[in-house]
Amino acid sequence: MRVGLFIPCYVDQFYPQVGLATVQVLEHFGATVIYPAEQTCCGQPLANVGLADDARPLAQRFVDLFSEYDYVVGPSGSCISMVRNHYADLLGEEPRYLELQRKTYELCEFLVDVLQVPEIAGRFPYRVGIHQGCHGLRELRTGSSSEIVGASFNKTRKLLESLKGIQLTPLERPDECCGFGGTFAVAEEAVSCMMGRDRILDHLQSGAEVLTSGDMSCLMHLEGLIRRDGQSLRVMHVAEILADCCAQSKTLP
Amino acid sequence: MTTHLDHPTAAKEFVANDERAHWHDQALWFVRKKRDRVAHALPEWEALREQASRIKLHTMSRLAQYLEEFERQATQLGAVVHWATNAAEHNQIVLRLLTERGVRHVAKSKSMLTEECGLNHFLERHGIEVVDTDLGEWIVQQRREHPSHIVLPAIHIKKEEVGQLFHERLGTTAGATDPQYLTEAARQHLRQEFLRAGAGITGVNFAIAETGGIVVCTNEGNADLGVSLPKLHIACLGIEKLIPRAADLGVFLRLLARSATGQPITTYSSHFHGPRAGGELHIVLVDNGRSELLASDDFRRSLNCIRCGACMNTCPVYRRSGGHSYGVTVPGPIGSIINPFADPAAHSSLPGACSLCGSCTDVCPVKIDLHHQLYVWRRRLAEKGLLSWSKRISMKLAGAVLRNPTLYRIAGWFGRNSLRFLPRWLVYNPLNIWGRQRELPVPPAQTFRELYQIDMENKNSLGDNSHG
Repeated sequence: MRVGLFIPCYVDQFYPQVGLATVQVLEHFGATVIYPAEQTCCGQPLANVGLADDARPLAQRFVDLFSEYDYVVGPSGSCISMVRNHYADLLGEEPRYLELQRKTYELCEFLVDVLQVPEIAGRFPYRVGIHQGCHGLRELRTGSSSEIVGASFNKTRKLLESLKGIQLTPLERPDECCGFGGTFAVAEEAVSCMMGRDRILDHLQSGAEVLTSGDMSCLMHLEGLIRRDGQSLRVMHVAEILADCCAQSKTLP
Repeated sequence: MTTHLDHPTAAKEFVANDERAHWHDQALWFVRKKRDRVAHALPEWEALREQASRIKLHTMSRLAQYLEEFERQATQLGAVVHWATNAAEHNQIVLRLLTERGVRHVAKSKSMLTEECGLNHFLERHGIEVVDTDLGEWIVQQRREHPSHIVLPAIHIKKEEVGQLFHERLGTTAGATDPQYLTEAARQHLRQEFLRAGAGITGVNFAIAETGGIVVCTNEGNADLGVSLPKLHIACLGIEKLIPRAADLGVFLRLLARSATGQPITTYSSHFHGPRAGGELHIVLVDNGRSELLASDDFRRSLNCIRCGACMNTCPVYRRSGGHSYGVTVPGPIGSIINPFADPAAHSSLPGACSLCGSCTDVCPVKIDLHHQLYVWRRRLAEKGLLSWSKRISMKLAGAVLRNPTLYRIAGWFGRNSLRFLPRWLVYNPLNIWGRQRELPVPPAQTFRELYQIDMENKNSLGDNSHG
């Protein structure tokens, strides 16, 4: 199985360890991971402010670079949602895109839905708070949102729950937005920071030691506030936690 | 109602009072939680939403036909139906009905449409006194404000402030904040207003094409009292309030109160089928831009709206910026769709007052794809040249860099190394809006791409065959 690895631009530049962790997890479960080195950005920042004509060439580049793989996987619910749900507005019914749309996955949903990983061996003996990135949750449906009535499920939680020693901490508001929202974080800076601080407080009050998410962009915003406010809450992308546990199981006798 | 402030500026002012902004957020989150409890108690909730959405989409696809059917049936019941193209026509029709009958005092129950049309000010200018009889609306009317929420018009006002207002206007004890005591004082006062009124004006929640009947939902019974004493009842509604059959009503009544306030049903769902004996019922059907919305492939679905306010209660931005920060009659996610439609330039900041979290889309009882429509709005605003220059310049530049992998690498290298080696005071300069309250990421020496290549070379030199 050849997996085209999609590393969002800001992960490439600022969080290389999240990309490396993604490679480790995918390889651990038997995928052949290939990183197309010419990739830059999915175009979401441009599309989100409304510059569709500027985003279109980036969408086209993405399709050109990733069409050849069996699957495309990336450690970001938001960027994957851009490809799966919003490229249609830019590229229409282009057959190569429609094919790509079907085989593009966020990391946790790929592990659960495609690789059908039942559990991950390894210990992570910490109290962990999950921040649900909104696009993963409500656009990719990697979990059930608190608004919708029906069976409750969550793919990120399912993987984390299988780790030994982990305690997932309950939140007062389980899936409220952190306020990152791309350019929203700057254009609506006051509301954005208030939203972020409210999320952090909810996690701190629930006793979390580690804050994790499938979206590093939410965590970039939250970590920025945590560091400025001098709070003690460690921030890790879910891939880093899973990679840590995969590495442990390798070294186990 | 318009204001000169754009949303980020008005929101910043609201957020600056941290204690009050959190109080507002928590008051509305409480309503959202109540909604969750009653919605999750109905296993058929999602089926109801789907049904409601389909009924509305069907109605909108044949709106002209249903409006004419409604007019025929309502007329047969003895009501008089008026058609208004816009707010000015609506206001003129209402004024004429009142002046022809010599009415000087009007008891009005809650109607967002009359707010939209600016009816109160218009009638007051013509010497007619209008009293809002919904308690929340009466409070904002006394404060010479506009509602900040379509269902909870005075949600932005604390009970201490209500106590002070009542002390000044109604002579209640200074410092009294007991809701029961204050409500009773308002009740006694409003009783006199009801007795004095020469006409009752109401909004309409649902107009039934099949029967010609209209349904008004209130929690205070003020609509019933307001139209039962005087001889003249004027009911004003936007043309999107139509539903085809009486049988459809149950779907919406079950969704409306649960979504709006977390109640299983509104306290009073009053049905009016023609005028009461000896009275007159005039129904004013108002377009005011709705036909253009109906013609829009992008935003037609926003006409599904039943004005429950659930999108406001759930919106993390609305809860923290307050309804007045939107500067419009209908604020929040739905307001950020319909207001730019009326005047894109005046309301160009509203589609950006959204983190695209999608909670509104999931909570909406009639399944309007709210956050997607806000996303589409941003594109339409950019096409109209209404994107702010800072967003346009920065994103145009980003686009040029991101289209070229070499430029991307060079720009990334400069960016990371500036963060690594420039002094803090220079990085956190006044133009760095991100850095006002937040740290920037700690820049690594190498990118993922570089580290991945090193990794691959090591693996190859070790003869690692894990990629085979």
